[in-house]
Amino acid sequence: MNRAALTHPVDGRFGAFGGQYVPETLMSALHELEDMWHEAKADPQFQLELAGHRRAFIGRPTPIYAATRLSEQFGGTHIHFKREDLCHTGAHKLNNAVGQALLAIRMGKRRIIAETGAGQHGVATATVCARFGLDCTVYMGTEDMRRQSMNVRRMKLLGAEVVEVKSGSKTLKDATTEAIRDWVTNVRTTHYIIGSVVGPHPYPEMVRDLQRVIGDEAREQYLSLDGKLPDVVVACVGGGSNAIGIFTAFIDDRDVALVGVEAAGKGIRTGQHAASLVGGRPGVLHGSYTYVLQDGDGQILPTHSISAGLDYPGVGPEHAFLRDIERVEYVGVTDQEALAAFKLLTAMPSRNWPISISSATRNEIRSCRVVAMAGSSLFSPRTRGFAVTSRGPL
Amino acid sequence: MVAERLRLEKALRADGDLKLVAYMMAGHPNRKRSIEVGKRLAGSGIAALEVGIPHSDPLADGPVIQRAGQAALANGMTVEGALEVAKAVATEGVPVVLMTYINPVLQHDPRKFAAESAQAGVAGVIVPDLPIEEAEPVAGWLRAASLDTIFMVAPTTPPDRMATICSHSSGFVYCVTVTGITGVRKELPEGMSDLFAEVKKHTPLPVAAGFGISRQEHMKALRGKLDAAVVGSAIVDEIERGGDGVALVRELLKACR
Repeated sequence: MNRAALTHPVDGRFGAFGGQYVPETLMSALHELEDMWHEAKADPQFQLELAGHRRAFIGRPTPIYAATRLSEQFGGTHIHFKREDLCHTGAHKLNNAVGQALLAIRMGKRRIIAETGAGQHGVATATVCARFGLDCTVYMGTEDMRRQSMNVRRMKLLGAEVVEVKSGSKTLKDATTEAIRDWVTNVRTTHYIIGSVVGPHPYPEMVRDLQRVIGDEAREQYLSLDGKLPDVVVACVGGGSNAIGIFTAFIDDRDVALVGVEAAGKGIRTGQHAASLVGGRPGVLHGSYTYVLQDGDGQILPTHSISAGLDYPGVGPEHAFLRDIERVEYVGVTDQEALAAFKLLTAMPSRNWPISISSATRNEIRSCRVVAMAGSSLFSPRTRGFAVTSRGPL
Repeated sequence: MVAERLRLEKALRADGDLKLVAYMMAGHPNRKRSIEVGKRLAGSGIAALEVGIPHSDPLADGPVIQRAGQAALANGMTVEGALEVAKAVATEGVPVVLMTYINPVLQHDPRKFAAESAQAGVAGVIVPDLPIEEAEPVAGWLRAASLDTIFMVAPTTPPDRMATICSHSSGFVYCVTVTGITGVRKELPEGMSDLFAEVKKHTPLPVAAGFGISRQEHMKALRGKLDAAVVGSAIVDEIERGGDGVALVRELLKACR
């Protein structure tokens, strides 16, 4: 396993995964985006500007938090939470949205579109658009609009147009499909801010680059706290941007085990889940070759998770690669397990993912996986409402 | 097999007229009816028939074709079933072109898909989410089965890339008239003629325009500028309403000569 293979996609692919399976109309836009991103990434002025927004607008660096009472419960395991919920708008999504908005401005595109599931990415995108004076349209499935209505109101308050997507399963998958259709139509004037490390190249690489700040910070913070690296880093995986964000910094630290937790819904065997890496097969979804939940004919299957943010039938192609080379272990956690962990964490408000665990035994890791799932999907304030919970008793 | 391969090229080359290609979705509204409709369309004076294989997430399609695909899937249409529809329709003698997305082809196994398509009498295959960069090995299997590989050029395609796309294509080159998805439009975009002229520079193959085409005025505007026009959503819309699209095709054909 060499670093180059892990961090630099070759011809737009991480191993066999990734690629650009999109209509021809988008190809020149993707080529432009790739060039512009590499140019911006290497431009000190761009990096300086991004760093400024991270500090003053997003509120970085976010702290890591030692969950001492929770740790005691797990026999002295040292559990820490990287507090991405403390980012402005309440999730790591803003790390990506700010970077891509700056890039859109650099490309001269003033119209932004986005898809959203739980509404976090939609809110983050609407927020940056309000900040930079860009037009914003967010696609969201009917089902998600219903279960995340607070976020719909926030997006509208921020000046975004929220388009209801009534097709298919009426959730994140269909919102993404609809956003891509919009992009095919308005590609000359519009930048599509994808919310995760999914979609055609260069999105998985670009979103990873923008989210890796999570892990870069966490690694340093942990080192200065503990004088050594954690044994395990756990993160939940829907599309997988927060997970890639924290894993990337630890990829070369071979002694650090990386665990990705997928939404096993009502159980992998029931077919009602959203665990693409655990329960899916390689295929193409939204422009990328990756693990996909699909039937034998390549039709994308409906998903189920109690967490709107993880309810997606695909996953970032870099995760597919990390799974196949066995650098990251991917596991599934059911709705029921996640709810149990949610209750546990509510009683001890040391919420949040991704968590890193020091000195953990195998069994303890197993317990903590559940914690990570709950932390990311439920307890981590994916909506502002949960921020109230964070003021609860410690 | 060479004669077989030239079938599409010959059928679509304009001869002072504009050829018409009709699109229908296999299994829409159901399997039996789609075979009937396909046979009628094949006898309506069209140069070729595109048969869509439904996909759950059709990135390049507008609401009409998306809805047809969902209805077909809900009625149990599969890749295998669509190949049977294509086979039944191909017996009418009009070249049949399959149009689907890459994932159904990959999951069916591209090699098997190519062989079975050839066996069904299919002339060529269009996969709108398969740009030339990703074309192999799928395109290779299609060619090996003597199927034409039809690639798309778009208004956003730069000229040098157009040349490469044309060199990957056989049968005809599919020119997307609008920056967008399939679906009926009132007017075709200005600057379309320049796009056609540019594509023509890069290929001796017939060039067909598609996306948004549905009216006699469109036919008149296209005639003389390129070889063929693909009419999709307008026909699928008729099929959705219980019709077969034949009357529409006949009316459009009047403006093609």
